Amino acid sequence: MSSENGKRLLETDAGGLNFEATELTLGLPGEPRVTSDGGAKLGSKRGFSETVDLKLGDNNREVKLGHSLQEAAKSPVSKTQVVGWPPVRGFAKRGKKSCKYVKVAVDGAPYLRKVDLEIYNSYQQLLTSLEDMFSCFTIRNYLNEKKIDQVNGIEYMPTYEDKDGDWMLVGDVPWQMFVESCKRLRLMKSSEAVGLGLTTGPKYSSTN
Amino acid sequence: MNYFPDEVVEHVFDFITSHKDRNSVSLVCKSWYKIERYSRQRVFIGNCYSITPQRLIARFPGLKSLTLKGKPHFADFNLVPHDWGGFVDPWIKALAKSRIGLEELRLKRMVVSDDSLELLSKSFPNFKSLVLVSCEGFTTDGVAAIAANCRFLRELDLQENEVEDHRGHWLSCFPESCTSLVSLNFACLKGEINLASLERLVARSPNLKSLRLNRVVPLDTLQKLLMRAPQLVDLGIGSYVDDPSSEVFSKLKAVIQLCNSIRSLSGFLEVAPCCMSAIYPICENLTFLNLSYAPGLQGNDLTKLVQHCRKLQRLWILDCIGDKGLGVVASTCKELQELRVFPSDPFDAGNAAVTEEGLVLISAGCPKLNSLLYFCHQMTNAALITVAKNCTNFIRFRLCILDPVKADPVTNQPLDEGFGAIVRSNKSLKRLSLSGLLTDQVFLYIGMYAKRLEMLSIAFAGDSNKGMLYVLNGCKKLRKLEIRDCPFGDVALLEDMGKYETMRSLWMSSCEVTLGACKTLAKKMPSLNVEIINESEQLEFSLDDRLLVDKMYLYRTLVGHRKDKPEYVLLL
Repeated sequence: MSSENGKRLLETDAGGLNFEATELTLGLPGEPRVTSDGGAKLGSKRGFSETVDLKLGDNNREVKLGHSLQEAAKSPVSKTQVVGWPPVRGFAKRGKKSCKYVKVAVDGAPYLRKVDLEIYNSYQQLLTSLEDMFSCFTIRNYLNEKKIDQVNGIEYMPTYEDKDGDWMLVGDVPWQMFVESCKRLRLMKSSEAVGLGLTTGPKYSSTN
Repeated sequence: MNYFPDEVVEHVFDFITSHKDRNSVSLVCKSWYKIERYSRQRVFIGNCYSITPQRLIARFPGLKSLTLKGKPHFADFNLVPHDWGGFVDPWIKALAKSRIGLEELRLKRMVVSDDSLELLSKSFPNFKSLVLVSCEGFTTDGVAAIAANCRFLRELDLQENEVEDHRGHWLSCFPESCTSLVSLNFACLKGEINLASLERLVARSPNLKSLRLNRVVPLDTLQKLLMRAPQLVDLGIGSYVDDPSSEVFSKLKAVIQLCNSIRSLSGFLEVAPCCMSAIYPICENLTFLNLSYAPGLQGNDLTKLVQHCRKLQRLWILDCIGDKGLGVVASTCKELQELRVFPSDPFDAGNAAVTEEGLVLISAGCPKLNSLLYFCHQMTNAALITVAKNCTNFIRFRLCILDPVKADPVTNQPLDEGFGAIVRSNKSLKRLSLSGLLTDQVFLYIGMYAKRLEMLSIAFAGDSNKGMLYVLNGCKKLRKLEIRDCPFGDVALLEDMGKYETMRSLWMSSCEVTLGACKTLAKKMPSLNVEIINESEQLEFSLDDRLLVDKMYLYRTLVGHRKDKPEYVLLL
């Protein structure tokens, strides 16, 4: 879309329609919207709508703009959207999705899995999910509560590789930071982890 | 008919199934009203605030199936604030207290809590079917209660709900004794589920006809599920990613060939295009294909797939299929009745995916087309006029040009003539959504020609009150009118106040309606609830009557003001 300053009001001749009958005008920034009686607009605070890049065109045309577009036109031009437009439900889910898939390896498992870290809100959710996925293993809870699997009696420590290529214990940093920096996950056998000195519990509680 | 005993009349009424017809029948005389109400099993309530559950229960003691709708349609587009209303809890509580043997509950745009779901699951021993569309407020714990307690559950259908995903164990809550499932749709759930439980559930559900998976169900599980349920009629694929040379993939290819009952296919929430060829064998029989949640497929992939779908009646697709791809649809899908083209990236006009050309091709190639939802970057009057010539059977015509006030790019004219042609030639039109640059003229046409119109959605259109008046005066069958950002004001609102009693609801936001006018309307029409949604920080309601109202929602009701309104709603 061309980046036009939305404040331009253009004229047109559009086949006999009575444009003087229009009640809309573009206001200057800071002026409240008024009716002909002078009342101001009720509930005019708009949380989201800022500017929309209006393709007003090069030719002469008088554009009737609704409130949202008028509000939008007042701010400096930037590429954001009018509230509730386009009218498509769940568009965010349909379009280019943001997701963060990382590989999950479990010591001793014949194949890897992938999880989308974006669908979880906390470490607890992630670990529970991993437990479901690799249902024959139990994962050592980051609060250091041991959950020993009945069958195998094996415990695993959740670790991950971060952006720098270092292997870290899951749970030390805030959840969002973890999501951003995690490149892959590895559930390491606790016996191995002991040898590496990774037994100290992490700092972040399960309420994060 | 007066000389027949009641049982005979009741038997005749058994053949009358549509809600509209049964409603008409009940108005004929007292006797028919009585017979009809005792024999009625299915009730549809389009606005949950138009009646109370107590009155529903009193009138229809034999109720088995209830459909309820809550929030106004524009809530789908974030125009209705959180906590506005539409709570199902009072309904479930009232039904649970009564002797109603509820078997089916269908909700749309309602707020559902886990407690409600648990109460529902424990109160009705014969409960069979739960369908939730665009609802929110519950978690997978509520879903677990339904799974665990509804012994004869046939249908659990979750469509596009906002569900907080706690743990993946809800699926494991279906007891081993539950073998009655016919339909299971959990595509909108985001979290992990226990795949082994899912396999066992499907294995013990011989009547399973419809299965829609969420994105965490991988391809190898899909292959196992299809082995267990080759009788499926409707399949929603979760994750469809694998290496085409793998053994699992070969197994999948083999088992898909056995699934020759599949008529409806959707999902592909995660997809590797190179795997799509395995689907081709079942494409021949498909009547419904929904790829609108599959952004991983490019235009080419879509086109190649569609070429195999000669019997398609309904197609939901993303606009990356392009005009050319729509041309392929037009030449392949001669049975097509419904087309929905969704935007994959509404804010990037540089990649103009579909235009008026695609629509014209479809209209020329698909003579049975009667329902359209089309998001595009531009439209011309000429194209719409051509479409109107080619297609005269439209029941639903919803066009959304992504730039809200865009004119015809060729002539720079408003799109009045184009839409005018559509309403003139499609006499059965029930639902219409407008967009693009539009003046009062288009509303003149709508009032003149759209005599069967029931629902109209308008945004950024019109010049004056005349526009809205043309519609209110001309569209005798209008039930739902929703307007945003149009210069319609008090004169239009108040001209024919009785009209709103013949409609379900009217929504007007960012228009020119004053508080005073709304008060006048509310005072003169006690059968309407006039709600003002005031989101600004000042919560003083003794404001100037000349103030313009941001959002107004009015609806007819038999039960006066609702008791559950949030603080920011002013009920006049």
